[in-house]
Amino acid sequence: MPRPDTETAAPAAPARHTTNFLHRLADSDIFYSFRHSPVTVAAAIVTLLIIFGAVAAPWIAPQNPFDMASLDLLDAHTPPSWEADGNPKYLLGTDDQGRDLLSAILYGSRISLMVGFFSVLFSMAVGVSLGVVSGYVGGFVDALIMRIAEIQISFPAILIALLIDGVLRTLIPEAKSEQLADTVLIFSIGISGWVQYARTVRSSTLVERGREYVQAARVIGIHPLMIMVRHILPNVMGPVLVIGTIHLAVAIITEATLSFLGVGIPPTQPSLGTLIRIGNDYLFSGEWWITIFPSIALASLVLAVNLLGDWMRDALNPKLR
Amino acid sequence: MRKMLLNLTVAAAVAVLMLTSWPSPAQAKTFRWAFQGDLQSLDPHSLNETFLIGFLGNVYEGLVRRGPDLKIEPALAKSWQIMEPTRWRFHLRRNVKFHNGDTFNADDVIFSYQRALSEGSDFKTRVSTVKKMVKVDDYTVDVITKAPNPILISEWSSWYIMDKKWCEKHGATESTNIKSGKENYATRHENGTGPFIVTERQKDVKTVLKPFAGWWDKPRHNLTEVIFTPISSDATRVAALLSGQVDMMYPVPVQDIKRVDKHPGTSVLVGPELRTIFLGMNQTDKALPCSNLKDRNPLKDVRVRKALYQAIDIKAIQKKIMRGLSTPSALMISPKLFPAYAKDFKRYPYDPAASKKLLAEAGYPNGFSMCMDSPNNRYVNDEQIAQAVVSMLAKVGVKVNLKAQPKAQYFKKVLSYDTEFYLLGWTPSSFDSWNVLYNLIDTREKSGRGKFNLGGYSNPAIDALTDKILSETNIAKRDKMIKKAYALLHQDVGYIPLHQQSLAWGKKDNIDLVQRADNQFMLFYVNVK
Repeated sequence: MPRPDTETAAPAAPARHTTNFLHRLADSDIFYSFRHSPVTVAAAIVTLLIIFGAVAAPWIAPQNPFDMASLDLLDAHTPPSWEADGNPKYLLGTDDQGRDLLSAILYGSRISLMVGFFSVLFSMAVGVSLGVVSGYVGGFVDALIMRIAEIQISFPAILIALLIDGVLRTLIPEAKSEQLADTVLIFSIGISGWVQYARTVRSSTLVERGREYVQAARVIGIHPLMIMVRHILPNVMGPVLVIGTIHLAVAIITEATLSFLGVGIPPTQPSLGTLIRIGNDYLFSGEWWITIFPSIALASLVLAVNLLGDWMRDALNPKLR
Repeated sequence: MRKMLLNLTVAAAVAVLMLTSWPSPAQAKTFRWAFQGDLQSLDPHSLNETFLIGFLGNVYEGLVRRGPDLKIEPALAKSWQIMEPTRWRFHLRRNVKFHNGDTFNADDVIFSYQRALSEGSDFKTRVSTVKKMVKVDDYTVDVITKAPNPILISEWSSWYIMDKKWCEKHGATESTNIKSGKENYATRHENGTGPFIVTERQKDVKTVLKPFAGWWDKPRHNLTEVIFTPISSDATRVAALLSGQVDMMYPVPVQDIKRVDKHPGTSVLVGPELRTIFLGMNQTDKALPCSNLKDRNPLKDVRVRKALYQAIDIKAIQKKIMRGLSTPSALMISPKLFPAYAKDFKRYPYDPAASKKLLAEAGYPNGFSMCMDSPNNRYVNDEQIAQAVVSMLAKVGVKVNLKAQPKAQYFKKVLSYDTEFYLLGWTPSSFDSWNVLYNLIDTREKSGRGKFNLGGYSNPAIDALTDKILSETNIAKRDKMIKKAYALLHQDVGYIPLHQQSLAWGKKDNIDLVQRADNQFMLFYVNVK
């Protein structure tokens, strides 16, 4: 049998690699469970649609609602275009300042997703590193970190976020307050959510620490920091991804709650929560669209992300298969 | 032992039966009402705000008070006479008791005068024309003014008298200082002579009042208890009235007036308010800390101020935010309070092109940035107006960073003169132009003059006119001088007047009350049917 020509095989290698990967993915248990759960597929489609809308907002939105100069007050309180007084220019109507609601929702979900995503990353970074250190080092450090975690978890996360948000706001100079509103939110929501990661990672680390490969690494004199990062971390990340997905929904809701309470994103660059707050005053006065449409967007986003997270938790749990 | 226990139980039961009065439905008249914000303190000298003055007007009293038609009536002073142009003699009412039982006399008046002048007081301008007060006897006080002041008492319906003995006993001889947050006993306790006693107070939650049995005047209300709750959310406040949780609330949000009026069992009282809503600009600081321009203050330039003025589409605000319930104003006072010449004043027209041209002439063709302060629970749609202003100014290139916050934080900030551009409302307590000129427009001085001129506008010609206006008794001459002062202000664009808002009070149909055009809600005219 003639050996395959190496010169033709070499360029084909990467392609074969990707098809292999897709093939393997399509063949995997995870994809199987995904394909056979219509709810999850629907959730994934909704999430992707919203993410697409948020990312592409500057190109697909009819108006830039953050540009105060583009708002026309005389167009305020316009109902959706299919209503009697509607204006075809504003598909979903306008809010109390003449902001196009469709654009505001697209840009608003951009903020909601961004704040949610980065605060999850932030929580994850803090939680995972503290968890690994706590589990690996043990003793006094472990006790200290876990007691702090317990104290924090005894308060509702939203309260912690409110507290940190309030403190940060007083520290920031007025001129910067609008630009830094997102950062402040990311930081406060992030800090309020690290505990779950830390506790989960700590327990996995306790298990991993006793394993032979870790002991082997220790015996050959690898620096503990290196062991934690290179050896333990990759083996404890599975549950972290699940928590992260579910936490994303929680973080988006927290952002919306803070904005709804008026301490989140300022009304000049509204997030979904801010829009709902603005519309809330007009809900019973017949101007339902200002609050209903952003609420639908927020509810679908959070529900979809939650369903994805649920599915991922089940799919990654070998005991449930 | 058992017998003793039994006896005790019986005794206790009897005592409970005796103590519990069973009020028949006809007797107990509890009145619940809501406003968009809470009372900031119970200290009557702490904050010169219509809501606080109105609320504490049920608890404290001045030498004079205003009736339902806003006419001055005698209150703690039974009568007064002008002995010389600068000497007024007040004859005080006898047998008036404070809520703790102390007797009111001349010492309390003089003490309240000194207290209103203390460091933290917001009422200095009420008494700053007084040179001194002299006690003639226990029930007679002479007031000597610095210059003839024919309108002295029209400022005094909201200068409330406190009990000297009580204040000294509790170390509350100085006014609460809202700006520095310095509190004293009088911040959370009251001891007035008025028709109602505060029996319970939880800040931002509720305040309970009961009628004062020892009040000197005949009550015109039939209430036995009053419960006040602040509800800042417009929608919640409306829902509370419609569902019957409160008997009365104000302001009714403009978008809900029709709905509340149509709802069976509730109605809305709408009337013009004397308050003027306006924008103020910082004209004192060398540079605005929030601005991109670090070396100069653009608001010192009259062309810039005029540009901001002309960038604001007041008709759009009237139509879309106020839904027709406002009257655009060219003056810093309601035309009703200056009928003589108010018609002669016209707003600078809305003209973004002219505004851009003015900005370019002043050297800011690309605009500049600054910060703005606005309350969000004080005036009708205050935050929405501020946001609309931000968007309108953005169209001419001025980028405004808006900070809209509850009035407690807002007043603390702007009353410390820490603001660049702000939204405020003003009702002259004397219903006269002198009050507006002296408080808002005159150059800021230690004496209290210009105390509420938060942007620090200054024109010596207006200051001189203000002094003359105070002592002038010829009405025609006086009105001419007032007109001249307002014309100078208009020319300098010292302020940007926006509009007079409308009053909208919502009430249940079984409530009788008096709506005063100064938006002060007086419980002693309330009757529950």
